[in-house]
Amino acid sequence: MRQSFDDISAQLRARHRRSARLKWASMGALGLAGLFLVLFFADMLVKGLPAFQQAQIQVEVDYSEQASQIPLAAVQEDVRPLVSRGYLRLIPGRMEDNPDLLGTSRMEWVLADGQVDQYLKGHHAKLSNKEMAVVDRLKEDGRAELRFNSTFFSSGDSKMPELAGIASAAMGTVLTLLVTLAVAFPIGVMTAVYLEEFAPDNRFTQLIEININNLAAIPSILFGLLGLAIFINFFGVPRSSPVVGGLTLALMTLPVIIIATRTALRSVPDSIRHAAFGVGCSRWQMVRDHVLPVALPGIMTGSIIGLAQAMGETAPLIIVGMVAFIPDVTNSFTEAATVLPAQIFTWAGEPDRAFIEKTSGGILVLLSILITLNATAVVLRKKFERRW
Amino acid sequence: MQTNQLLAMFSGSLLLLGLIAFFLARGKAARVRASGTSMYAQPDQYGWFTVMSTAGPALVVGAVGSFIMLLVGAEIPPLLLLASCLVIACIGLVLGVAMVRPDFHARQAIERVIRFFLAGAALISIFTTLGILLSIVFEAIRFFQMQSFWDFITGTTWNPGASFLEAAGRAEEGASAAKFGSVPLFAGTFMITFIAMLVAIPIGLLAAIYMAEFAPPKVRTIAKPVLEVLAGIPTVVYGFFAAITVAPIIVAVAGFFGLEASFNNALAPGIVMGIMIIPFISSLSDDVINSVPNSMREGSLALGLTKGEMIRDIVVPAALPGIISASLLAVSRALGETMIVVMAAGMRPNLTFNPLEDMTTVTVRIVAALTGDQEFASAETLSAFALGLMLFVVTLSLNLVSVIMIRRFREKYRVNNL
Repeated sequence: MRQSFDDISAQLRARHRRSARLKWASMGALGLAGLFLVLFFADMLVKGLPAFQQAQIQVEVDYSEQASQIPLAAVQEDVRPLVSRGYLRLIPGRMEDNPDLLGTSRMEWVLADGQVDQYLKGHHAKLSNKEMAVVDRLKEDGRAELRFNSTFFSSGDSKMPELAGIASAAMGTVLTLLVTLAVAFPIGVMTAVYLEEFAPDNRFTQLIEININNLAAIPSILFGLLGLAIFINFFGVPRSSPVVGGLTLALMTLPVIIIATRTALRSVPDSIRHAAFGVGCSRWQMVRDHVLPVALPGIMTGSIIGLAQAMGETAPLIIVGMVAFIPDVTNSFTEAATVLPAQIFTWAGEPDRAFIEKTSGGILVLLSILITLNATAVVLRKKFERRW
Repeated sequence: MQTNQLLAMFSGSLLLLGLIAFFLARGKAARVRASGTSMYAQPDQYGWFTVMSTAGPALVVGAVGSFIMLLVGAEIPPLLLLASCLVIACIGLVLGVAMVRPDFHARQAIERVIRFFLAGAALISIFTTLGILLSIVFEAIRFFQMQSFWDFITGTTWNPGASFLEAAGRAEEGASAAKFGSVPLFAGTFMITFIAMLVAIPIGLLAAIYMAEFAPPKVRTIAKPVLEVLAGIPTVVYGFFAAITVAPIIVAVAGFFGLEASFNNALAPGIVMGIMIIPFISSLSDDVINSVPNSMREGSLALGLTKGEMIRDIVVPAALPGIISASLLAVSRALGETMIVVMAAGMRPNLTFNPLEDMTTVTVRIVAALTGDQEFASAETLSAFALGLMLFVVTLSLNLVSVIMIRRFREKYRVNNL
């Protein structure tokens, strides 16, 4: 059948339109992913930024004999439900430390109750009308305001939202990651060096390689089952401790470090190896003095990325019991501890609305640490990247 | 005596012996060399060799001894073990120093030891896999001794609640017997994975096509790391986002259309999981599309295809094995994802096709079984390992198929490029 010129050009236009549609659709897909990222961060910022502020009110604290017995008596009755009970509990201790306080009374800025905090931030709060009126009056007098929340960074977990902080979780994260790094980094680098520089190309080496790639794809929760069955039940490592958490994460991070190190070693040109052999180095001397120093930036980058991944991991740590309630900051490797993501998980399960804010605040802290780590890795790579 | 003190004594004396060994051997080698005899290795290397011969056997004996004590429960007095280790170290020292002779290849001996160590490190990854497999398999066998395997595979009721009564030997008191039928769990898992793939595969693939075929280099250099940020966000954060922000939106939207949606609906974790997986699919597909040889593109354009037709009819079919492999990896990732579903999906085993209802997944039940206050030997706790075994088998086979497919793709195009 013969087609006229008009038919053909119409067909061609339609074909080009289809082509353009694909371009727009693919652009839209990328835009959608970007849009989601923006929405996500905006949502987290809106929910989490208020956590860095905390309501404080100025009340008259009466250090009377009675207050040392019943802390509630230290403040006047009308503001009593508005002051954090956790703060009041500290008063007898302070009076013991400082006997001069006895019998004095003065105006002090004190930590407000979590509900007052929510009310001042404009959220729904469980306060009676009378209490709201008191808060409003205090606010008009300039005696109630939102200040920087240093408690959030200096204290551990608490059932009272105004006293809950991330310090113990942060400490737990540091300890756990120290264990992870101490185990995964040397073993990972040694494995990669063996596979790249020493291993003969035989069945056994191939088995190790397939196995490493496979380990990288195993669901993280199964590493938790391993930690529970082997480390805790078999070897008797204390449950919930940074040691068991760190070991479990180390096994998970191992493939990441191995793969990154192998890539870094492979990018070192063979001429360096040949030159080292040429001046009489043994294989180990060649690796130690020539290949490893050149590959070090790449190895560091990979390890930082692996560490950042381990830092955000929660599921295996829940299985080995690192979701404990830790009110005090401890620095022991064998006592129960919690980590930042696990703390976020615990807070997310709290029914009190004030904890949504705490959770988002914790998420912001975690995300900023992760972004810093990854940015460091990128800068390191950019700075030391060498083209051969 | 405390273990810590023993350990401190052990490492302290070993360190001291090592130091003595190093200086003795180096001194001896230096003297031999000063006398004019030429040697195979440097004095330092003789020193290091002697350190190895001192510490190595002692460490091995110490580790094996404490291992036997821990595993077999054999009663070896700790002090005896310590003493025998130190005696072996001393013997090693004497032998090591005696071996400092001009015709001894100390450097090659060190080389062999180091090679041995490196190979040992490489073995740890094998042990990890074995450890996962064995720990899961053994506990799963214990579970299947209590519950029938067939019921586990085909049963449609998951109700472990009464199992603690059985463990306490009071089975008849329970209102209903504990049931471990895993079908609803797997149905929920596949449902959420399916939703995630509906989100991730189209968006990830199209984004990869845009970056590989259309995007100017500038957009590419920005878009790639931005997408990677999505992959770097911890899953616990996604879980919180799904539960607090996405789920209420879905309930509101469903309500607008007159539908009833649960706050623990399967849609919210599914969508959020899909978003998490986008960079996974896009970066793998991007690599694959980029490795399709340019001659194929140029040939098809020369035949008069539009760019869209070239992508649809030439590039994507050529890259298909790689794309499928990326998708399979993504599926295996979604199946094993834990935190998002723990926080946003329900706890109720529910056999349904309605994504607006709450349903639970395998990983949720694993976490629930292991964080409860059940004793370890109860059927509920052990069921976690049976579920873990199923998860391991499924993800492992998906990974293997995916690896085979990507290898085929590579082989095919390496040949074409030559």
